[in-house]
Amino acid sequence: MRNICFYFQIHLPYRLKRYRFIEIGQDHYYYDDFQIEERIRAYVEQSLLPANRTVAEMIRSSNGKFRCAFTISGVTLDQLEHYAPEVIDSFKDLAKTGCVEFMAEPYAHSLSSVFDATEFERQLKLHADKIETLFGKRPSSLFNAELIYSDEIGEIVSKMGFKTMLIDEAKHILGWKSPNYVYSHSYLPKLKLLVRNHKLSDDIAFRFSSLSLTAENFIHWIASLPEGDNVINLGMGYEALGITQPAYTGIFEFLKAIPYHAMEHQMSFMLPSELSKKNESAGPLSVPFPISWVGNDKDLTPWTGNDLQNEAIAKLYAVGERVRMCTDKPLLRDWLILQSTDHFRYMSHKDAWGTNYESAYDAFMNYMNVLADFLERVDAQYPTTIDNEELNELLKTINHQEEEIESLENELKKLRARKAKVEESKK
Amino acid sequence: MKALMFGWEFPPHILGGLGTASYGLTKGMAMQDDLEITFVIPKPHGDEDQSFLKIVGACNVPIVWKENEWNYVNQRIGLTMHPDEYFWLRNGIKYNYNRIYTNDLGCVDFSGRYPDNLIEEISNYEAVASVLAHQMDFDIIHSHDWLTFPAGVFAKKISGKPLVIHVHATDFDRSRGQVNPIVYGIEKSGMDAADHIMTVSDLTRKIVIEKYHQDPRKVTTVHNAVDPLPNADSFTKTPRKDKVVTFLGRITMQKGPEYFVEAAYRVLQKTKDVRFVMAGSGDMMNAMIDLVAKRNIADRFHFTGFLKGRQVHEMLAESDVYIMPSVSEPFGISPLEAMQVGTPSIISKQSGCAEILTHAIKTDYWDIDAMADAIYAIVKNPAMHKSLQELGRDEVNNIRWQDAGLKVRGIYESVM
Repeated sequence: MRNICFYFQIHLPYRLKRYRFIEIGQDHYYYDDFQIEERIRAYVEQSLLPANRTVAEMIRSSNGKFRCAFTISGVTLDQLEHYAPEVIDSFKDLAKTGCVEFMAEPYAHSLSSVFDATEFERQLKLHADKIETLFGKRPSSLFNAELIYSDEIGEIVSKMGFKTMLIDEAKHILGWKSPNYVYSHSYLPKLKLLVRNHKLSDDIAFRFSSLSLTAENFIHWIASLPEGDNVINLGMGYEALGITQPAYTGIFEFLKAIPYHAMEHQMSFMLPSELSKKNESAGPLSVPFPISWVGNDKDLTPWTGNDLQNEAIAKLYAVGERVRMCTDKPLLRDWLILQSTDHFRYMSHKDAWGTNYESAYDAFMNYMNVLADFLERVDAQYPTTIDNEELNELLKTINHQEEEIESLENELKKLRARKAKVEESKK
Repeated sequence: MKALMFGWEFPPHILGGLGTASYGLTKGMAMQDDLEITFVIPKPHGDEDQSFLKIVGACNVPIVWKENEWNYVNQRIGLTMHPDEYFWLRNGIKYNYNRIYTNDLGCVDFSGRYPDNLIEEISNYEAVASVLAHQMDFDIIHSHDWLTFPAGVFAKKISGKPLVIHVHATDFDRSRGQVNPIVYGIEKSGMDAADHIMTVSDLTRKIVIEKYHQDPRKVTTVHNAVDPLPNADSFTKTPRKDKVVTFLGRITMQKGPEYFVEAAYRVLQKTKDVRFVMAGSGDMMNAMIDLVAKRNIADRFHFTGFLKGRQVHEMLAESDVYIMPSVSEPFGISPLEAMQVGTPSIISKQSGCAEILTHAIKTDYWDIDAMADAIYAIVKNPAMHKSLQELGRDEVNNIRWQDAGLKVRGIYESVM
């Protein structure tokens, strides 16, 4: 019996405003509110709301047989809460059906899994907390930003208690292996890996209208996969429904017809966590170097492929430890937003997908000006002349001074009492 | 195929970009074995590189019949033209040009520069063209810039051979819109008579179509390229404490020097370790010195005067940033030269070369804030400098004249 696993990624970065070097040290607000609101509005109206309605209807009409998973980045949830709270409600309604799963991802949709493991864990926790508060269930599956995965990342994730992680179909990792099985981490068999079926996913996300795809054909393709290919992971950006494939292409009707045709072929729908629970691993996958879900090479070059990107990332993550010691809320928020992968993608010469800048250099200049101001603020909190360890000690002293004073006072009282007793007994 | 080209400048004695472009283009075209180029200029000096084309000096072509001894002719013009050729060309005199002042050889003394009586020189050049058109054998006529349009048109009328004209600049670029009606008239009638018009950028193409009312089908862009610099490594950068930002070119309205000064002022508000250099001369130089003094940045702002030859590349190589804030630049070859010696460039979007460069920063000429931002980013971010330097150099080394030459050849064939 074949199982189809649909999952959708929802992420929209905060757009930076034009920030000139002359403003460094003067202006500490970095965002283009107008652009942010406009983008989120368009996303909500063209994709999120109609797509959520479609999914709800699919669940209802299939009596809960249709199931799918979502991953919504923390920064996107923040924007939705601010600009379109109705979308949060609509996701809550979906959550109540019990047929959808919300997966974890680093809060800022960041590259922290590669560059700053501590930050990665912190953001996963932050995100899991947020998901739990909003939708009532703590995620057990992980969809890392840009589907970045390596053995090392798998190890961190497994230690944190995640049971399932999603990865993309990278030719150099799978080789002759089919993506349509459940695999596991190369030396930690507890962590199951679900491989996104690259071709079938992109058939919907990018080629739907040019292929004139019908639900019947699509299910037929799945049905004619070789015997034993029982797990079909279809992962895509949610914007595929309504924006990349606009409503007039018939994408929503296509989706609505999927459950009917699937059930005709005795296929069922499953959530990532269910898949990994019910399926044994077909074998370990070894991924020594990080892979992602972008491009033909499926590597990290869209974010770390040139000197500009490496410089920006190095400068940003150099202060990670320091920022985590801070308690200034606006600073911590900026720290998250500045980590979104998109900022670095815009600095790519070859593959600046979704950019609003004229060139990679333009993107770099603007980001570095913002970062310069941000670093100055970090520095103002704790001067760089003190190194991290020393600072930690000092902070400990400061934070514990009240307890310390209290215990010393208690001691003083005791001694005084004893002294008084001694003096009394002398009398 | 034989091409007769009319030009105004040819290296090494050049006054602007036209000479450099003429040289590069003809050299790139000479790579095609079956193409013979005769290049006419008003006044050769005898030290031009003639290895790949033949140079004819208009000042050596007789337009009025005068009897002279072979030896005398040899003594007078032997350095730049063979006397036999003089006598042969003399047979091409078909019209009476006695109204034109000529010397004892029957030739016009061209200045070869841009004198006050430029219009007169242009019409004298036209007279020379008539002699050449009658006497020489060629398949196509190619005129470089408006100064030579009348000559080209006349040669076309006489020979019936197709004329292509090459627009390196229009009067709209030179004057910020305040065109000289005489110049416009010459440009327009040249374009009207031409079988095809080549422009150095899409920007210029647009001007030719919109302001000169030409049929878009008749106008093609052939982007300029840059001659490879064989001794690029010999130009080195002296390590110094301060970063150097350079403007290099004629200090005229067209080049937007005041925007450079304003951008410099903004950068100096934030950081002190930058020096600004304005190299070149021009009618706005004194005004710029005044402006610099008024902005109180004279201690960080330097004027070098006119630079030429090797000095240009040396200045570029010593700089950390090259900036060209031109208000209207048909092409603009100097950013490419800067990138050849590894200096990052900031160019205005109103420059033709912006159309073919990726690894250069592009801003609007009036956007002083963006320009200052870019200067600041390059001098403060080693990664930015390094990227622009390395990728820019690779990019420029792939822009070759021989490709432009092939494109020109295609246009020749389409009109023949």
